[in-house]
Amino acid sequence: MNFSTDVQASIMAILPEILMTVLAIAVLALDLVWSRARRRDLGYVAGFGLLAVALIVLLVGGPPGDETSDQLLLGGMIRHDTMAQIFRVMVIVAGGLSCLLTMGVSRLNVRGDFYAVLIVSVIGGSLLSAAADLIMVFLALETLSITLYLLAGYLREDVRSSEAGLKYFLFGAFTSAIALYGLSLLYGFTGETNIYRVGRALATGGLGDAPVVLALGLITVGFGFKVSAVPFHFWTPDVYEGAPTPVTSLLSTASKAASFGVLLRFLLAAFPPPELLGSLENVQDYSQLWVQLAVVLSVVTMTLGNVLALVQTNIKRLLAYSSIAQAGYTLIGVAAIATDRSGDGAAAIAFYMFMYVLTNSLAFGVVILFANATGSERIADLAGLSRRNPGLALAMTLALLSLGGIPPAAGFVGKFLLFRAAIDAGLVALALVGVVNVIIGLYYYLVIVKVMYMERSPDEDQPIPVSTPYTWALGIAAAGVLLLGTILVTPLVEWATEAAQSLYVLL
Amino acid sequence: MVPLWMYLMVAASLFCIGVYGVLARRNAIAILMGIELMLNAVNINLVAFWRYQTPLALSGQAFAAFVFVVAAAEAAVGLALIINIYRRRQTVIAEDVDLLKW
Repeated sequence: MNFSTDVQASIMAILPEILMTVLAIAVLALDLVWSRARRRDLGYVAGFGLLAVALIVLLVGGPPGDETSDQLLLGGMIRHDTMAQIFRVMVIVAGGLSCLLTMGVSRLNVRGDFYAVLIVSVIGGSLLSAAADLIMVFLALETLSITLYLLAGYLREDVRSSEAGLKYFLFGAFTSAIALYGLSLLYGFTGETNIYRVGRALATGGLGDAPVVLALGLITVGFGFKVSAVPFHFWTPDVYEGAPTPVTSLLSTASKAASFGVLLRFLLAAFPPPELLGSLENVQDYSQLWVQLAVVLSVVTMTLGNVLALVQTNIKRLLAYSSIAQAGYTLIGVAAIATDRSGDGAAAIAFYMFMYVLTNSLAFGVVILFANATGSERIADLAGLSRRNPGLALAMTLALLSLGGIPPAAGFVGKFLLFRAAIDAGLVALALVGVVNVIIGLYYYLVIVKVMYMERSPDEDQPIPVSTPYTWALGIAAAGVLLLGTILVTPLVEWATEAAQSLYVLL
Repeated sequence: MVPLWMYLMVAASLFCIGVYGVLARRNAIAILMGIELMLNAVNINLVAFWRYQTPLALSGQAFAAFVFVVAAAEAAVGLALIINIYRRRQTVIAEDVDLLKW
């Protein structure tokens, strides 16, 4: 397997990152030149800048050819395929929406440095979606993580934000060191750093199960932390609650989507099912190891996430446990990708993450507006929201329906695709556990809807104003959730299926 | 020449000491030191594997160099966060940082 050295294709492969680097520098420069009053508009530059980059990726970010050897660029560091494109679009959109949401946080919205760090974080996520080398996976993961530690602790005067930053940092640095040890073992076993070459060397190396289980287990700790799978989820509720809400939104969308993107690619390439390797002889199959791991993680994660979400009273903590449960649903798809060769599993994950990014940005946007107006994040205080601002209550309802999986919101299609992929892959029991969990989840999502619409509150005559950047952010997210659940289902599923098929081409 | 497994044993012991440090120490600075030990264990692994298995390809060394850089960035960010907490709360004991329940 050779790497392409085509210069133009190489530049195109990292075009989004180049554009975002320019954008980050531009934001810092404007921060220097603009007066304090004008700096309030920095969020527009950063937010719409990122959304424009996402549009460029959508239009011209496709792969240079169908052969893997054309797609592995820059010394094999990057694989520029359709899967990378689709995950890049969602990560960058999530970043853009977070920038717009930041404009409502009074101590952050005039700080160009905050937007610049946020953009660098998105660069990390975008690179992670395309990483095809152990070194690149590690570097992109850390670019994403280290900037997120900073962002979580950015409100230095706020003790809770500092505390969230510290906790996230201690957990994150610990788990990424463990994962790194696993990566170093993989390099040692095979002598290669490109994950596709690692996969081939591992399959023909005759190592036996024990060393591979060790490496896989260590690496799972790192990825499990990033997607907040149980038992690596302890940090999630605390950090979500303490971090500035736009950062929480970014954590739960971009960081999680990019991690799932790299997880799919990494597992399929480094521990491939033998049929994908073609004509090699004496091939060992390690894929069942991670399938079993994903099944166990998935069941534990969605059950624990949903059960703990039932007793929450703070809306940000509830969304944190809900996001743990959503990671559990997505892991169903991860368990399905090894046996299901049609690409349905990987396509379902791509679709699910796409709609999840928009849904969670929508939910967190409403939470920020509500917290700014009332100073409260308690679920009980949402009472009467439908009378204080009907549009806002409707947007929140749409987000909750999508998370719960009720049509016409996009979550319904996403869950349907995931469960279908699991059944196609022969994991019927897993799909059943998923369905039971969706029903548990519906309870606490619908309770919030009930509080917003049915319960009365003494503050009902005080409307909640929505500023212009929020109209944009919430409008884009809400339109996305609604369209992805109705007329855009087919195009996105087709795109995701094409992406999934490119993932299975390993040679 | 010293066999490869000896290097790997040193790295594995160092890694375990680091993990023990992270789990057993209460001081945030000491936890950070444990994490640095783990990263150094990884570097010993990488360089030993490179020297014994693929001395002609530079990828192992390059990997180790990137680990240095990232470890430095991580330490800088971590110390900044710890100092900030210390200024607010006058403590660096991880258990005392408990406004948000674990």
